[in-house]
Amino acid sequence: MADGNTKREITDKKERYRAGVLKYAQMGYWDGDYEPKPTDLLALFRITPQDGVDPIEAAAAVAGESSTATWTVVWTDRLTACDQYRAKAYRVEPVPGRPGEYFCYVAYDLILFEEGSIANLTASIIGNVFSFKPIKAARLEDMRLPVAYVKTFKGPPTGLVVERERLDKFGRPLLGATTKPKLGLSGKNYGRVVYEGLKGGLDFMKDDENINSQPFMHWRDRFLYVMEAVNKASAETGEVKGSYLNVTAGTMEEMYRRADFAKSLGSVIIMIDLVIGYTAIQSMAEWARQNDMILHLHRAGHGTYTRQKNHGVSFRVIAKWMRLAGVDHIHAGTAVGKLEGDPLTVQGYYNICREIYNPIDLPRGLYFEQDWADIKKVMPVASGGIHAGQMHQLIDLFGDDVVLQFGGGTIGHPMGIQAGATANRVALEAMILARNEGRDIRNEGPEILRAAAKWCKPLEAALDTWGDITFNYTSTDTSDFVPQVSASM
Amino acid sequence: MRITQGCFSFLPDLTDEQISAQVEYCLSKGWAIGIEYTDDPHPRNTYWEMWGNPMFDLKDAKGVMLELADCRKAHGDSYIRFNAFDSTRGFETVTMSFIVNRPKVEPRIRMVRQEVDGRSQRYSFETVR
Repeated sequence: MADGNTKREITDKKERYRAGVLKYAQMGYWDGDYEPKPTDLLALFRITPQDGVDPIEAAAAVAGESSTATWTVVWTDRLTACDQYRAKAYRVEPVPGRPGEYFCYVAYDLILFEEGSIANLTASIIGNVFSFKPIKAARLEDMRLPVAYVKTFKGPPTGLVVERERLDKFGRPLLGATTKPKLGLSGKNYGRVVYEGLKGGLDFMKDDENINSQPFMHWRDRFLYVMEAVNKASAETGEVKGSYLNVTAGTMEEMYRRADFAKSLGSVIIMIDLVIGYTAIQSMAEWARQNDMILHLHRAGHGTYTRQKNHGVSFRVIAKWMRLAGVDHIHAGTAVGKLEGDPLTVQGYYNICREIYNPIDLPRGLYFEQDWADIKKVMPVASGGIHAGQMHQLIDLFGDDVVLQFGGGTIGHPMGIQAGATANRVALEAMILARNEGRDIRNEGPEILRAAAKWCKPLEAALDTWGDITFNYTSTDTSDFVPQVSASM
Repeated sequence: MRITQGCFSFLPDLTDEQISAQVEYCLSKGWAIGIEYTDDPHPRNTYWEMWGNPMFDLKDAKGVMLELADCRKAHGDSYIRFNAFDSTRGFETVTMSFIVNRPKVEPRIRMVRQEVDGRSQRYSFETVR
């Protein structure tokens, strides 16, 4: 072992390439002096090294296993410009308040990645390294994607600006609801729920993630009845309406078939699930771009790898990948609803979807600045256990560019589905009007809602039914840089 | 039938005081207000007639309200809406839109079904008075 320092690259070539096993740091995967280039991809991993494994060596191993390294020295490295192909861990620091965990920053040269391929990016960055024995756990917390790389992707087929122009809806969040029960309705019954929700005041209805083409409802039946409902509601209100037709299926061929049928019926939007995979998502984005279609992505399955702090991939990274891959909508959390997510962390996801530039924002979990190079913006969707009584909180947290989806809060309304939809729409418009008038909706929100409920019976009934419902559990995935904020405010 | 386009159609019709407050909000954001009118509220009727160009560089809602009064004089039995235009890079679009005047009797929109392949329908809309 050269000079016996196991944390430094061995510079003597003979020593470096002698057959055998070296520490990753000795092989050159750690460089504490490295200054990342503007064209480098940067990744931040949270790692938990096995007992007795030095954090710097663990970081070097992560860099190695996610770029060129294997477990032993290979002479064939010398046929390549291997110094440049090696990813470099360049910073390691303990995670505040989490003993045994370290943040490790790794830089990758742009040449390592194929242009326009999320599959290629992820095969490198999360391909092998999460199963690597010397670390107990690893989590990809954030990435900085250089402009040169961002520009190799086409991004969202429609983007939130054009979506609003197509729908002719401006100045307020969009409203939606997921048709419930999610399984079991016949096509005719399903379309009834869609019609009632849209006529009552929603902009969108939505298929759920697991409604595809089951024995109780063939997909063509669903599409036909839903489009009858969408168009009828449009005629009754004078508004453009939509229902996310889920085209998720077992093969690309079948997904294209379903998407083509949705288009032939005049739908403005189709939907896919995250579980179809990154390449399938990019293909559907391509299809949507060619067919003037808004593409909604349900993040089905993400909780298996995004929720736990010590292992997996943070949702903020998934959101970045999906903006590149090209979806127009993505479920990004509610903060106040039934599903995981503390408010600041969730706001971080929203900023990734909607900003043209993200500054470093540690409380919101944004560790790198990110220039989006004018790639289109993704409309985030807040869905899961939210109701009209939280309208002020939702608008205060997320602003106007979001789809607020009240599934149970619409369909479970005591006066019926139309009344449920109307309650939500009135609550929304009353709150936007008040905010624009300069009122402090965070504090005066409940009063504003009650005042509107005086002339709107459906809203009164909604507040009486759900006004006190909160999901007050501690979040699992929280910021490492602020005092904990409770899940429900 | 009440057309529910625009961001405040589910509320009781706004008073001029309320309209003025929304204009102040738009001006405080640096948006320009454009006034548009139509007698055809078809959901795909994007281009209503412009009552002049959007009012850039305005500091006070009063100017917009005067224009609205004039527009109402000329087209009081039409739909009139305010559109706010945001020229910020990355938006560069209408950023708010709401109806400020309605005809005394609103038209109806009729859905027309045309039988095509199999059970598919081709849908279209007509404004009916």
